[in-house]
Amino acid sequence: MYKILKAELLADKIYLMDVEAPRVAKSCQPGQFVIVKIDDAGERIPLTICDYDAEAGTVTIVFQCVGESTYRMADLKAGDAFEDFTGPLGCPSEWINEDIEELKKKKMLFVAGGVGTAPVYPQVKWLHDHGIDADVIIGAKTKDLIILEKEMEAVAGNLYVTTDDGSYKHKGMVTSVVEELVEAGKQYDQCIAIGPVIMMKFTCLLTKKLGIPTIVSMNPIMVDGTGMCGACRLTVGGEVKFACVDGPEFDGHLVDFDQAMKRQQMYKTEEGRALLRYQEGKTHHGGCGMCGGDE
Amino acid sequence: MAVKRDRVPVREQDPKVRATNFEEVCLGYNEEEAVAEAERCLNCKKPMCVSGCPVNINIPAFIEQVKNRDFEKAAQIIAESSSLPAVCGRVCPQETQCEGKCILGIKGEPVAIGKLERFVADWAREHNIEPVPAKEKKGKKVAVIGSGPAGLTCAGDLAKMGYDVKIFEALHQAGGVLVYGIPEFRLPKDEVVAHEVENVKKLGVEIETNVIVGKTVTIDELLNEEGFDAVFIGSGAGLPKFMGIPGEQANGVFSANEFLTRNNLMKAFREDHDTPIYRGRKVAVVGGGNVAMDAARTALRLGAETHIVYRRSEAELPARVEEVHHAKEEGINFHLLTNPTEILVDDNGWVKGIRCIKMELGEPDASGRRRPIAVPGSEYEIEVDAVIMSLGTSPNPLISSTTEGLEVNKWKCIVADENNGATTKEGVYAGGDAVTGAATVILAMGAGKAAAAGIDEYLSK
Ligand SMILES: Cc1cc2nc3c(=O)[nH]c(=O)nc-3n(C[C@H](O)[C@H](O)[C@H](O)COP(=O)(O)OP(=O)(O)OC[C@H]3O[C@@H](n4cnc5c(N)ncnc54)[C@H](O)[C@@H]3O)c2cc1C
Ligand SMILES: Cc1cc2nc3c(=O)[nH]c(=O)nc-3n(C[C@H](O)[C@H](O)[C@H](O)COP(=O)(O)OP(=O)(O)OC[C@H]3O[C@@H](n4cnc5c(N)ncnc54)[C@H](O)[C@@H]3O)c2cc1C
Ligand code: SF4
Ligand code: SF4
Ligand code: FES
Repeated sequence: MYKILKAELLADKIYLMDVEAPRVAKSCQPGQFVIVKIDDAGERIPLTICDYDAEAGTVTIVFQCVGESTYRMADLKAGDAFEDFTGPLGCPSEWINEDIEELKKKKMLFVAGGVGTAPVYPQVKWLHDHGIDADVIIGAKTKDLIILEKEMEAVAGNLYVTTDDGSYKHKGMVTSVVEELVEAGKQYDQCIAIGPVIMMKFTCLLTKKLGIPTIVSMNPIMVDGTGMCGACRLTVGGEVKFACVDGPEFDGHLVDFDQAMKRQQMYKTEEGRALLRYQEGKTHHGGCGMCGGDE
Repeated sequence: MAVKRDRVPVREQDPKVRATNFEEVCLGYNEEEAVAEAERCLNCKKPMCVSGCPVNINIPAFIEQVKNRDFEKAAQIIAESSSLPAVCGRVCPQETQCEGKCILGIKGEPVAIGKLERFVADWAREHNIEPVPAKEKKGKKVAVIGSGPAGLTCAGDLAKMGYDVKIFEALHQAGGVLVYGIPEFRLPKDEVVAHEVENVKKLGVEIETNVIVGKTVTIDELLNEEGFDAVFIGSGAGLPKFMGIPGEQANGVFSANEFLTRNNLMKAFREDHDTPIYRGRKVAVVGGGNVAMDAARTALRLGAETHIVYRRSEAELPARVEEVHHAKEEGINFHLLTNPTEILVDDNGWVKGIRCIKMELGEPDASGRRRPIAVPGSEYEIEVDAVIMSLGTSPNPLISSTTEGLEVNKWKCIVADENNGATTKEGVYAGGDAVTGAATVILAMGAGKAAAAGIDEYLSK
């Protein structure tokens, strides 16, 4: 069992947890992810590593409630435990292995969308710890969905926050901020965009036009996370890749985003029913015409 | 003197009934049936059957004890050579191994060795015959990677010799293909597999799940930091292949591994488990091995009309004869000498059909099987809403790519000495599918055994 040491609500439906997992904490690096399973009946849920403390033996995860499993996770409190917590999975961010002096010369721009701010954080922190200040854009639909702003501020070079509805700081999508920064004369050698697939897609369309190499972190449906099932396959540069072992980070200018978005819909109806069953418990009788009931 | 008569038939669930449930198809022999079948064995002086068994179980000796109704003794005889008899009795390709060599098979039906082995193993389980841990400890530690048949066997053997053994398993449950691949209706998970795993634990073996060697910890760290004196790699061959035909990324196309893992390991077929599975109304399974039969029979049980598409003819089907027979009985449609050329996709990205071409058999190829050749102009379409690719698997490079000095061949299989499992790295041994590529349970066990002996020799130096 893997004990939850801290469970905190960061924003509407977005939770942060510190979990005791010494082996993972000791070996993980930015860019990697874990798979958690609540109990015997639970799904294997992939989540990016948001922070880690090798000495304390803890790993921090941040997740958003979107379906039955993540809602079930939100019910867990400090002192509860996950039955399974495995990792680190996937490859660390590629630039970690670059020569540090070379890296210092590069201007990096991180674009974080919504809960994608969580996986961006350890990367910016890692750079900060190595004496590199990166620019960071955090975007969310509305003010209440901005997470980790203070934490990010402490490690980023410049931090730009934007909301789609203008309820906080800048108004507009993350892409509009990128455009404005470049128009104002900023130059970037590398962009790292993490967030909803649709956001990564449009960021990549823009950075391609601007000529900025861009890395994205893909989050397809997964089962094992070790390269055994192929559920996570994507097309990157015309080749089939398994996100769990070849990624999750890829060259964003080569990813087939439209295909990835279609594949994410795979269990939509099935999961929708499961979620209704979970939220409404025994009171759910179907009959609303939306879900087909519990045949 | 043995009596000449037909093999005692084994009781099975009715095909119509079993096509709708996940309970075991074959019900096995009861005591009377087992003894009657055992009486057919001639107790040959030079038993050919033994040479057909990869771990050389003393078949006539255990069958003799079944005749005598000393089932405990029979179990002990099997245990000298095999640690997973309840599994092997169920899933070994007996017709090409032990039973394929049985002398009675020349003129009639061979002795039902597998069914007898299964009977003895089940009897031992029901009567709580337990393995005994080693009395004397060697004070040396061995790490075993993977808890499939190779890893379990190697770990069990080493523990019996007195080593401290710890298995590291990547998934959340021990058993390898026995838990995630082979379905419940052929190999009951709680009753048989979990029990065999428990037996290995009773020998003193520790199992740590959720550890992916190469990611969570490396082999060098196990040897240099965690104090292990030797390592055995039994990580299997789990990487699925796809065909590379158009439409393969569509929603509704799965590898057999994904489909079976969702159903077996994650128990998606049960309402009380969270993992979803796409059932499909009409399913095509591409391939002809055990894995294809398992995927097809699982899809059928989840309610789909199921079709197997295989490019050679019935004679070349690599699956066990019994599985093909069961699949047919249950109503699975076979499209033989047929090869898919494209998966047809609707506007929303979902599978709507599969385009196939007829094949004919030409000259034998390197494997000795006649090579299938496409018949020009014979293309046709089958309407389906799910396609399961079952084209074989290869070893996962996770371990080999993170272990300095470990040689692999061009198929990414770990290079290891067949006799003792030694790899090109000192203190590191390997066996099972990770070395041979996808093979069988009993061959993986045999390799685990050989490596246990190899490791013992290495650590006794
Ligand atoms: C490598 C990787 C890293 C990830 N990191 C994080 C993370 O740090 N924080 C986090 O909150 N989530 C992360 N995710 C996504 C997370 O795993 C899913 O949100 C979760 O599995 C959904 O489970 P559920 O049962 O609650 O929802 P489900 O019931 O499975 O899903 C509900 C619906 O949402 C869709 N869906 C599933 N995943 C996503 C997604 N990522 N984005 C949009 N829609 C989706 C599904 O298609 C489904 O129809 C990551 C995924 C991957 C593969
Ligand atoms: C669906 C299906 C049906 C089959 N039917 C039959 C049959 O009827 N008869 C028969 O004889 N054979 C059958 N086989 C083949 C047989 O199951 C395999 O040959 C056998 O299981 C191989 O054993 P193994 O121990 O080498 O590997 P596996 O059983 O594959 O076990 C390997 C284990 O290692 C773990 N692992 C992998 N990488 C790592 C890592 N880096 N760190 C830690 N752990 C790791 C895996 O999670 C797995 O648990 C079938 C296979 C499948 C898939
Ligand atoms: S282990 Fe397999 S091959 Fe050997 S006797 Fe038993 S069933 Fe036959
Ligand atoms: S070859 Fe057949 S008859 Fe002879 S000992 Fe073996 S099982 Fe018995
Ligand atoms: S999640 Fe199974 S192969 Fe990637």
